[in-house]
Amino acid sequence: MQPIVDRLEDLTHEEIRRYSRHLIMPEIGMEGQRRLKASSVLLVGTGGLGSPLALYLAAAGVGRIGLVDYDVVDDTNLHRQIIHGHSSIGMLKVESARRRMLDINPDIQVDVYNEPLTSDNALRILEPYDVIIDGTDNFPTRYLVNDACVRLGKPNVYGSILRFEGQLSVFYAKEGPCYRCMFPEPPPPGLVPSCAEAGVLGVLPGTIGTMQATEGIKLITGIGEPMIGRMLLYDALEMSFTTIRIRKNPNCPVCSIPAEEVELIDYEQFCGVPAHDRVETRYPDDLPIPTISVEQLKQRMDAGEDLFVLDVRNPEEWEIAVLPNTVKIPKSQIDMAAFQVASGAQAREQTILAQIPTDREVIVHCRSGVRSENVIETLRELGYDPTRLINLEGGILDWARRIDRTMPVY
Amino acid sequence: MRLNVLLFATLKERAGAGRIALELPAGEITVAQLRDVLVQQYPSLGPSMPTAICAINHEFAGAQDVVSEGDEVAFFPPVSGGGL
Repeated sequence: MQPIVDRLEDLTHEEIRRYSRHLIMPEIGMEGQRRLKASSVLLVGTGGLGSPLALYLAAAGVGRIGLVDYDVVDDTNLHRQIIHGHSSIGMLKVESARRRMLDINPDIQVDVYNEPLTSDNALRILEPYDVIIDGTDNFPTRYLVNDACVRLGKPNVYGSILRFEGQLSVFYAKEGPCYRCMFPEPPPPGLVPSCAEAGVLGVLPGTIGTMQATEGIKLITGIGEPMIGRMLLYDALEMSFTTIRIRKNPNCPVCSIPAEEVELIDYEQFCGVPAHDRVETRYPDDLPIPTISVEQLKQRMDAGEDLFVLDVRNPEEWEIAVLPNTVKIPKSQIDMAAFQVASGAQAREQTILAQIPTDREVIVHCRSGVRSENVIETLRELGYDPTRLINLEGGILDWARRIDRTMPVY
Repeated sequence: MRLNVLLFATLKERAGAGRIALELPAGEITVAQLRDVLVQQYPSLGPSMPTAICAINHEFAGAQDVVSEGDEVAFFPPVSGGGL
């Protein structure tokens, strides 16, 4: 493929020395390195995938790198977000990342956008960059990045991870399919867990993020075969790499129409989930989910009340910390049973749901209050009394922070 | 006919296996029909199947594409994680 970047910047003697291992390879050479220096890449997300991306692209001499993120570094980030260190806890991620990148390579320019990417600002933020790299953590932003790239005619280097598996592709509507050709509709809210809910192997974003960086460099310099029209499925446990050939959907709602007619929409509404992966509760406007605070729960426990508290976390999490006297059923089992009941395959009483009473108050909890809220919505749809399903606000995390300080926070 | 089906990510977790050997009546079957068979045999796949992508022999396949004996069929779901 032709290089995405047709501009060349001169290299200084210091730069020629710095990039000498690149320069001696004919595939890159002086011309490729000058292209890299003239190029600009936007990284959407400076977390798990964004960390190795920012480190390697800075080191490789991409002349201008933009970072979009509005989060701050916290200690649960550090097992995988290797651009940030212990000393950056509490710092803006974009600032922490910029500092590290300029330490690796002071010759580059790092632009920071400490704001969420939205339909209002996406075209303005993406416009100046040659290549866009999607390292976000949620579906609304993935659809937004895709649609904005199609509109602007820019390649979107896509990477996504969960638990032990990752996906990689290059969506470039001019040359091949876009994200919407593959996934025209988002999955139903709550069906695909986020990394905050389901976990992720710390090394995994390193594996996928470095491959995204590789694709970015290939696009800029025009070397090799880019992942356009292919999707890589990586499984770390099997150590297997499966490549699927993918094709443009002739009826794609986005890339089959003229680019200038692509309108950015409300992607949170489209996906039915918020555009972030943070653990935060949200309530439907029509029928709020009743909540109980950890203090209120503790008070009622201390008063000796007979309570039904349902823990919907995974068994691995039960080993880390548990509340006293809970009934434990993982959300996945509840979802499965609910599907069977809803599809008429089984009566509620024949499933694990029989353990969840319909005739009394049920206090549902998880780690932070998100999964428990999903479970409450599921149970409501099965006809459980919505006024008797209570969400423990802030989950066991709040309990550990405010009630039992000896409990580990995870 | 015997068919090997590979499942990825959340599909693998829901079914409890990444590789399923299906025994089906002889002949051909469409991807849409195969989805139904899978959901019948693995009800836990039900919620995830509608948005999962199918590939036959490493090639993206639509609902009406035909699967035949000896094909390797893979299903994979959309995944969103990466930033945090």
